[in-house]
Amino acid sequence: MSLMRLTILASALLTSLAGTAQSQTTLRIGIAEDPDILDPSIGRTYVGRIVFSAFCDKLFDIDEKLNIVPQLALSYETSADGKAMTIKLRPNVKFHDGEPLDAEAAKFSIERHMTLPTSFRKSELASVDHVEVVDPLTIKLVLKTPYSPLITQLTDRSGMMVSPKAAKEAGDKFGLHPVCAGPYKFVERVQQDRMVFEKFADYWNKDNIHIDRIVFQPIVDATVRLANLKSGALDLIERVLATDIKDVRADPRLVLSTAPELGYQGLTINIANDKAKGPLSQSAKVRQALSLSIDREAINQVVFNGEFTPGNQWVSPTHPYYQKSFPVPGRDIAKAKALLKEAGVSLPVTIDYMVPKGTEYEAVAQVVQSMAAEAGFGIKIRAVEFATTFKQPRPANSRCFRSPGAAGSIPTAIPTSSCAARRRRMTEVIPTQTPTSCWKRGERHPTSTSARRSTPS
Amino acid sequence: MLNFLARRIAQIVPTLFFVSVLIFSLQQLLPGDPALVMAGEERDPAVIEQIRQQYKLDQPIPVQYVYWLKGVLTGNFGESLRNKMPVRELIAQKLPVTLQLGSMAILIAFFIGIPAGIVSAVKKGTAWDYGANLFALWGISTPNFWLGILLIFLFSIKLGWLPASGYVPLTEDWRASLAATIMPAFVLGNAISAILMRHTRSAMLQVLESDYVRTARAKGLSERSVILKHAMRNALTPVITLGALELGTLLSGAVLTEQIFSIPGFGKLIVDAVFNRDYAVVQGVVLVTATVYITLNLVADVAYILVNPRLRG
Repeated sequence: MSLMRLTILASALLTSLAGTAQSQTTLRIGIAEDPDILDPSIGRTYVGRIVFSAFCDKLFDIDEKLNIVPQLALSYETSADGKAMTIKLRPNVKFHDGEPLDAEAAKFSIERHMTLPTSFRKSELASVDHVEVVDPLTIKLVLKTPYSPLITQLTDRSGMMVSPKAAKEAGDKFGLHPVCAGPYKFVERVQQDRMVFEKFADYWNKDNIHIDRIVFQPIVDATVRLANLKSGALDLIERVLATDIKDVRADPRLVLSTAPELGYQGLTINIANDKAKGPLSQSAKVRQALSLSIDREAINQVVFNGEFTPGNQWVSPTHPYYQKSFPVPGRDIAKAKALLKEAGVSLPVTIDYMVPKGTEYEAVAQVVQSMAAEAGFGIKIRAVEFATTFKQPRPANSRCFRSPGAAGSIPTAIPTSSCAARRRRMTEVIPTQTPTSCWKRGERHPTSTSARRSTPS
Repeated sequence: MLNFLARRIAQIVPTLFFVSVLIFSLQQLLPGDPALVMAGEERDPAVIEQIRQQYKLDQPIPVQYVYWLKGVLTGNFGESLRNKMPVRELIAQKLPVTLQLGSMAILIAFFIGIPAGIVSAVKKGTAWDYGANLFALWGISTPNFWLGILLIFLFSIKLGWLPASGYVPLTEDWRASLAATIMPAFVLGNAISAILMRHTRSAMLQVLESDYVRTARAKGLSERSVILKHAMRNALTPVITLGALELGTLLSGAVLTEQIFSIPGFGKLIVDAVFNRDYAVVQGVVLVTATVYITLNLVADVAYILVNPRLRG
């Protein structure tokens, strides 16, 4: 199971911009990477979702409290047996090319997600057998089996609607000139430089859109991103380094927004593919010892300036799903040593620990390495670049892997999402409000079999 | 001379062929599968298989190479795995950026390095000489990324004179374009100017001690005329060749500097392509930069022959 990171980019921000701006306004947003193709069927990057939210509306959305709310749909109903979902569409919605968003268009979009050969939405919509048009503004998703998480899939790229006319003409090149039904329409993209969007005059919710243009600029280096914000070249940035947060807070011109993420950072142990049958993969006691040797709060203080939340489960301790009967364990070296002794392993227990390259990732690995050494672990850190991490953990190359969240792992920290905006500029646009949230990350519903088969109430 | 040119041009084709085979083979050694990188968290085997088929990644490597070569010969460099854009279009977007940045950097390097080298040689052993040497040492030993960030802090954040990063095409607004590129060009040019200064200095010192310079002085020419008309012309020949080669290096992309200033040039393009295992983009960019580099080498050789008749054989 992997946690999906959903993005609501500045939906709170954009919709709260009380409309007093007289002249043409441009919001320049610094993002941490250059997204891949801007096609909701093929796009797969995290940062891509931030950009999609500006121009590609979905059937449903998630509000600040993570409630599922209608967007291009008005409502939905699930049949008693859970095998059909009927969705009522919002009337009078137009795509950026003037084509109407009706049931035929919605059916086309979902079927495109399901059938385009290179679509990455196939598994998200795997429960859907086919789509039926009930009336011009109603569609019915007929499911193979009841699948309650489907509604959350429709709040992400699987729920994004594309203009059938434009998509048919462009095929898998649609993402070069995407045509959706969002608040902004695509103007131009210069790879690795900028993506420009301008206000769509016929947007269904145009009264709540008060910024004329949005420019996304990928700036990889976090320090440079922040420097751009400080110099006024950008109005909003995402992913502020934990070590920069203090500096941002101290700057009266900037507003910082933070929110605990729903994802987690942890240490994933390769149990099934360890051909060498090392003690870490074979003995639960050794894994418990490793967990006990780590002081999560120390990692938080040393690497993340105390901005993250120590964690031991797949959600943060403040989350409703957090199991309070299993609190974050403290560090207990004596117990860890005793467990290793009980397991009868020879010391030191060597571990090959793979981490993606990056200051914060490598720093966490070094802190874990030195703490675990005291209990009797010999951790060898292997920093590899991101593309290699996809390939390596599968075979037995690695015994341990730092991951943003996956099954069989020891969660260590709940990251804090943070972004910063320029106060002066923002208050020019919003006289009374400052943004309280830039984006939050959501979650997929629990995907255990029992949860999947239940129908939403 | 014509023979020489013909011989050199004939060498370009096999060199480029060798470069393309080399880059194609080396890429296969990189760990990581492009189809898996594209798929990311998505692990649907059917989708991954479809990607492999679509981009012919399921074919043996020599077959993949032949497909690519066929495309290149007809002007088709393939398309980016990551964003489906034709590689030719990507190169056309980035090449002018890199050309502009590279040319500005080399101009800055010449403007700083050559006068500093001359002054240092002419005033050998004085404070001027030590000052110029100190500058050169600083230029060579200052990391680009550090200088870049310092400049951003000073000129963008503290003084607010220049944009911190980004790029504006020359054709769109030349003033904004120069403002956006002057800091990265200075960072790049600064390092090269230090090298040029050292070379100019040693070449000038050598020339200044030669017989013909002594004769020129004996004729009663002014010191200014001796240095600028007689000594400098001869001393600069190797420096200009060096400058052409440095320009070639700049045109293959200045990765770190482009990254810091968010300049969408070749360096950023190729680094992202390598990280995403976007083979077609890597091959296309390497082929173009190799061509540019070889051409500049050729131009430097020809220039050398033109100024030095002894090499014409």
